[in-house]
Amino acid sequence: MTTTAAPKKLGLKERYALMTRGLDWQTTYQPMEKVFPYATYEGIKVHDWNAWEDPFRLTMDAYWKYQAEKEQKLYAIMDAFAQNNGHLGLTDARYINSLKLFLTGVSPLEYMAHRGFAHVGRSLPGVGARVACQMQSLDELRHVQTQIHSMSNYNKLYDGFHAWRHMHDRVWYLSVPKSFFDDAITAGPFEFMIAIGFSFEYVLTNLLFVPFISGAAYNGDMGAMAFGFSAQSDESRHMTLGLEAIKFMLEQDPDNLPIVQHWIDKWFWRGYRVLTLVAMMLDFMLPKKVMSWKEAWEIYAEENGGALFNDLARYGVRPPLGWQQACDDKVHLSSQAWSTFYQYQAAAPFHTWVPSPEDMDWMAQKYPGTFDQYYRPRFEHWAEREAAGDRYNNGTLPMLCQVCQIPMLFTEPGDPTRICYRDSVYDGERYHFCSDGCKNIFDHEPEKYVQAWLPVHQIYQGNCFRPEADPTAADFNPLLEVITWYQMNVGVDNAPYEGSEDQRHFRAWRQMTTSNA
Amino acid sequence: MSNVFIAFQTNEASRGIVDAIVEDNPTASINEQPAMVRVDVPGSMTIKRETVEEKLGRSFDLQELHVHLITLSGHIDESDDEFTLSWN
Repeated sequence: MTTTAAPKKLGLKERYALMTRGLDWQTTYQPMEKVFPYATYEGIKVHDWNAWEDPFRLTMDAYWKYQAEKEQKLYAIMDAFAQNNGHLGLTDARYINSLKLFLTGVSPLEYMAHRGFAHVGRSLPGVGARVACQMQSLDELRHVQTQIHSMSNYNKLYDGFHAWRHMHDRVWYLSVPKSFFDDAITAGPFEFMIAIGFSFEYVLTNLLFVPFISGAAYNGDMGAMAFGFSAQSDESRHMTLGLEAIKFMLEQDPDNLPIVQHWIDKWFWRGYRVLTLVAMMLDFMLPKKVMSWKEAWEIYAEENGGALFNDLARYGVRPPLGWQQACDDKVHLSSQAWSTFYQYQAAAPFHTWVPSPEDMDWMAQKYPGTFDQYYRPRFEHWAEREAAGDRYNNGTLPMLCQVCQIPMLFTEPGDPTRICYRDSVYDGERYHFCSDGCKNIFDHEPEKYVQAWLPVHQIYQGNCFRPEADPTAADFNPLLEVITWYQMNVGVDNAPYEGSEDQRHFRAWRQMTTSNA
Repeated sequence: MSNVFIAFQTNEASRGIVDAIVEDNPTASINEQPAMVRVDVPGSMTIKRETVEEKLGRSFDLQELHVHLITLSGHIDESDDEFTLSWN
């Protein structure tokens, strides 16, 4: 009697190798450089694409299986939350304003990431990298969809959610995240991998999707908790891809180091500037606070990013330029940002408020040595003016940084009493920047950044009015026209929180949950 | 030595996974935050399939970690039996 051994089940490493190797071929009808036209112009030298190893070893079949499971869990939570009027269990309706900022500022970036990784996956000649980019492209599409689905429940009941996509392309502060991704997606495929895969995903997204989403749960939003953590679980794979991409470039050829280092410098600073919005969401927009921006920065940037850069030092990589300034500014960032939005309430489709005395005490405790000295007096002054029926509104449009597009609100390194201004002359014109970081980025690629669509410039040039507007009319109000062009519901979406429709509705509806009156 | 970390959504599977990590990585420290739990270990961390199965009382494919995972740091090495995070 003969026995045949049962065929041995393949191990994870073998399965991954079989599913990601030998899937492509050397083309014969067209030369390879025509099939992959973007693979070499950035100067990155690759000698052996087979050295690419995705450490997660997730094959497409396993990918579909686990993503389907994530989706089932996520939608069960979102449905249950909506079915049970979960919004009435929120700590306070002020929380909802952080979602308005999220939907208009972040969700469209997820869609751009979907497009970006589809494009880059097509452009990289290595099959391992292409499979990972394909998964990430699908993930990002899932992220934007789940965010829209989750937040559409708020759109039924609260103001400011209705025109998020239209606003993303027009509203002054939304040009900050929009221009960040437009900058990345118009770069070459290797720069995109460093910009989004490495700098943004590995060094920075934890700051948004971990403490803010934990804060969403703390404030009673199970929908945001579900989409946020579910997205971040994909980010773990994305971070791994970003780390593999940078290691791969550095190991393939020593000539790649200076190119990669410049991209790290550039994209760290670009990403850090975008996170200004997150700093303010954590410190000012969550009614119940989970941790301060400073604490989040220390854990996820200084500790985790520090460990990463220690590890990469063996390749000759140093921490990004601007790293120290970002660490120093952690005690100022959120207060400077929130002060700006408070002043420009009339032009933003979410509500702002002066922090309560208890919230200011919390800030003072989290930011000893800076909040009471530099920011509390300003907020208290504004609180007094509000109490006197004279809320402060800034009616003058701010100058924007040519690179990050943020108003000039940041202060000089080491001196929080002076606004920081930098400038460069290119082709006979002077351009303005918020920081050394943004100036350095401009000086390296001025041809790119002179083309920036800066909202304030565009408003002054008359490009932000509806076609039927008549700027020659005697009663023409340009600011009112601009926010109408933004499709804001004027006087409702852009009202201060105190006295807003959202505040009134939330109070009344919550009252109804505990009484029969 | 730098820490590696991993964070999970707070749920029943994660409870067993975290118990397994603590058993196999004696220097682990646990940090519970709203709706999530984070485990830090200096240098490197290994999650063993066998220990997780023992804690959960059922079979467990290490790739199921993806369903409960929030975030992590460090270089990953993954096989059928072990999932390791480390800094060089």
